[in-house]
Amino acid sequence: MLLLEQILNGLQYSALLFLLASGLTLIFGIMGVINLAHGAFYMVGAFCAAYTASLSGSFWLAGLAAVIGSALYGLLIETSIMRRLYARDHLDQVLATLAVVFFTNELITVLFGRSPPAMPTPEWYGTFVEVLPGLMYPVSRLLFIAAGALVAIAMWLLINHTRLGMLIRAGADDHEMVGALGVNIARLYTLVFVFGCVLCGLAGFMAAPLLSVEIGMGEKVLITTFVVIVVGGVGSVRGALAGALLIGMVDGLGRAYIPQLLDQLLPAEVSGTLSGGLISASAYIVMAVVLLVRPRGLLPARA
Amino acid sequence: MKKLLVGTLLAASCVTSLLAQAQDPVRIGFITTLSTPAGYLGEDSRDGFQLAIDQENGKLGGVPVSLLVEDDGLQPARAKQIIDRMSLDGISLYTGVIFSNVLAAVVNTATKDGFYISNNTGPSSLAGKQCKPHYFVASYQNDTIHEMAGVAANELGYKKMVILAPNYQGGRDALEGFKRTYKGEVTEIYTKLNQLDFSVELARVRSLAPDAIFEFHPGGAGINFAKQYGSSGLSKTIPMVVPVFSMDERMLAATGDVAKGMNIVTLWNPGSENPANQAFVKAFSEKYNRVPTVYAAQTYDTARLIGAALKSVGGNTKDPAAFRQALRDVKFDSIRGDFAFGKNQHAVIDWYLLRVEADANGKLVQVPVQTIAKSQVDSFAAECAL
Repeated sequence: MLLLEQILNGLQYSALLFLLASGLTLIFGIMGVINLAHGAFYMVGAFCAAYTASLSGSFWLAGLAAVIGSALYGLLIETSIMRRLYARDHLDQVLATLAVVFFTNELITVLFGRSPPAMPTPEWYGTFVEVLPGLMYPVSRLLFIAAGALVAIAMWLLINHTRLGMLIRAGADDHEMVGALGVNIARLYTLVFVFGCVLCGLAGFMAAPLLSVEIGMGEKVLITTFVVIVVGGVGSVRGALAGALLIGMVDGLGRAYIPQLLDQLLPAEVSGTLSGGLISASAYIVMAVVLLVRPRGLLPARA
Repeated sequence: MKKLLVGTLLAASCVTSLLAQAQDPVRIGFITTLSTPAGYLGEDSRDGFQLAIDQENGKLGGVPVSLLVEDDGLQPARAKQIIDRMSLDGISLYTGVIFSNVLAAVVNTATKDGFYISNNTGPSSLAGKQCKPHYFVASYQNDTIHEMAGVAANELGYKKMVILAPNYQGGRDALEGFKRTYKGEVTEIYTKLNQLDFSVELARVRSLAPDAIFEFHPGGAGINFAKQYGSSGLSKTIPMVVPVFSMDERMLAATGDVAKGMNIVTLWNPGSENPANQAFVKAFSEKYNRVPTVYAAQTYDTARLIGAALKSVGGNTKDPAAFRQALRDVKFDSIRGDFAFGKNQHAVIDWYLLRVEADANGKLVQVPVQTIAKSQVDSFAAECAL
């Protein structure tokens, strides 16, 4: 029963990673931009959600505000800054998007202050559901898993069964060719970027009641998100899903069982520090192993 | 005639230099963390210090002072650059640093020709054998708060506890400190530094079914932990004992109702009847429009301590031996209760247990439960040769 609960916990972390990684991988795969500012949109979403919820008291309105807020901010950043970066080399992109991170952090500080805001939640959000006989699980976390699953299905439909999805796939394969065929590539870029920001906003909204809404919250999760897209295969949404599941599970189950396992094998003084180190390194160890076996990631965009 | 002229000139120059000395404010270098998510700690500290100066119209202990605030950005290297520059400028009195790793970078330069008076962190490395004559800690020694949490847990009658902290020096010190005084059975769980989600650890806590837990997660991680502890339903059945840095006033506001019932171990009781404290809370709330945190409180205390020492040397900080003696013998109305410096020049203060409860308006407040220890000397003082 505890194992099942830990698997659900792993799934919930995977859902957060997937929401962030799917947008990031599309942006990287299609525009070729290393977007260090991706976490900033997640933060914007969380702040919009917390602010709206405390003003209006409505949970769903907060969700809407988070998505719209980060979409608008994404549109602003894309049209003013990102657009100039597509043709430039990676160093310029890293510098410029890092600047966006600093700028956004200060902007949020000026607008909302330094104190992390609280996100009020409705009564039902704090309740529990009996998932299996004897296994009570919080609604808040189930909702997170459900959101991740829904987005995964929606993206599969979008990418495999719509015209826009076809363009995205084509763009990930060869964006110059797509442009040469008369597709308005600038508009496609804007669309993909804003779409990534919408997913960040959604992730920010889902995370706001569970995690602390604070300046710099995006940077903390960004490194793991990069690990996810590298493991999954850059540019591939399926890869992002596989990577998020793998990293989420390894992290969750690792934290749950590595200390207990090592406690039985080794004396207490050694096992404590060793397990701590192993847990921190687990995601990177997985990444190294995956890259050794499949240098282009688990499910790369171009087969 | 010539003699008279020279004499008058000499006398005049003496008077002017005396006047100049009286007018030159004592400069205080205040290096603190104002940016990064931890920026509110520095902000509250700075505002607490400034409040003490403003209450005396630009003076501390009747001596004019000027406060020079710099942001270290939580980077020891940047703090080192700042202190080198301030030291070249001839500043000889410093305070403000929030984090131990930043303090480690500035303390040697600060105490070479001047004084450092800590308003927040007091790492164990500088409290024992390595204690320094020009280094004073007006706040607390880091380990003591965790030791006091252990004492509080004993008194609350908890026999079996799970204790959690991030896997870095501060976290390991916290758990070691707690175990030094706690008498019951413990299970230790180390979390990752900057971990966001604690569901896995919380599931393990539930399966271990302890009487209570102790956790040390400052800043955002502490808010995450408390929120998730609440949403997992554990807060209803298993009480928490935390040092105040895991749940300060701002974190409490961000955490919301799930923090209800938390036991908080602290060095300052915000509701204390102590008149100096009442005046401080009122003045701070009126000036800055927010409730002061423990960081504001202890830095305000530091400012007033400096004021009392300056007063007893008449504003003359040029004689280090006299100023040091003035600091060691300092007497002031601390807002935290009785105050004295121990052998290692670390604060000997009272420790309190507070509990988070809702007041008549439904607002969460920290209600005093009991005094854990009176005039507690830290565990390292005996090793110091000062």
